[in-house]
Amino acid sequence: MNLEGKVALVTGGSRGIGRAISMRLAKDGAHVFVNYARNEKAAEETLRMILEQGGSGEVFPFDVSNYKSVQEAAGAIVKKKGRLDILVNNAGVSVDGLIAMMKEEDWDRVIANNLKGVFNCCRAVVRQMIRQHGGRIVNISSVVAATGNAGQVNYSASKAGVEGLTKSMARELGSRNICINAVAPGFIETDMTAFLKEDEREKVKSQIPLERLGTPEDVAGVVRFLVSEEAGYLTGQVIHVNGGLYM
Amino acid sequence: MSSIEEKVIEIIMEQLDVTKEECVPEAAFIDDLGADSLDIVELVMAMEENFAIEISDDELMKIRTIQDVIDFIKKKRGTLN
Repeated sequence: MNLEGKVALVTGGSRGIGRAISMRLAKDGAHVFVNYARNEKAAEETLRMILEQGGSGEVFPFDVSNYKSVQEAAGAIVKKKGRLDILVNNAGVSVDGLIAMMKEEDWDRVIANNLKGVFNCCRAVVRQMIRQHGGRIVNISSVVAATGNAGQVNYSASKAGVEGLTKSMARELGSRNICINAVAPGFIETDMTAFLKEDEREKVKSQIPLERLGTPEDVAGVVRFLVSEEAGYLTGQVIHVNGGLYM
Repeated sequence: MSSIEEKVIEIIMEQLDVTKEECVPEAAFIDDLGADSLDIVELVMAMEENFAIEISDDELMKIRTIQDVIDFIKKKRGTLN
């Protein structure tokens, strides 16, 4: 329970990996702001699950791709709670397609949410963390940032961008005791992979040494570690959580 | 020395771990006082809090010396003549 007294913001916390992360941080004592963009019902459900397990939190809708909204949101959190210790940049979208046919808006949307959104959130919390002389930021990347994936030129670019951002921020802010890392999940059972047809699913599984898709909790456990005291010497890293799919 | 100057130097001494002797008005944060750009961000935040003012990012970029900070604060508080 050693996140007692800590304030965390999880973007895209309403479903999937974000939900598991929100619940895990709340379980260990953090007060979790569960951000969502549109899916209010899912966010409220995440909050209900948090409260049901004895945790503390609240929902907070804002669009990570909107710089001003994020600035206002971070300001509101600090005004309300007096601190912001943990930021998990999990909000992400995918709009897949081959580059030969990719629309400009499909590129823009994914970059705006997945890369600019991460910049917006980091930018909005960093001064408070500097003031605190401490903070933890975890950016959710993806295995495809390292490997590439046909049909995901935009998505993989956004995630590879997040990894570069992560390393640079780690260099800039280490002197203020702020650790920033990325977690790169492989294939995880969420809405984002639910569309996989049975034969595609088996094909993917055959490439995974641990012979299964990951669960959101598999990812949340690693995020939990990264924001813990024990991970105080770990910064600027990309931790791959993929059952061995990529090494 | 007015109380604004005194307070500014007090904050700088604490933030940058420098002596009062080093804090002459012409002292440049980076060149003379060993600050890096992140120190300046922190310094400006401390000034904003202590003097209840806001310094924009553009104004922050212009701050080079202790006198610059003092002038900014006086201007913001309307006491620069």
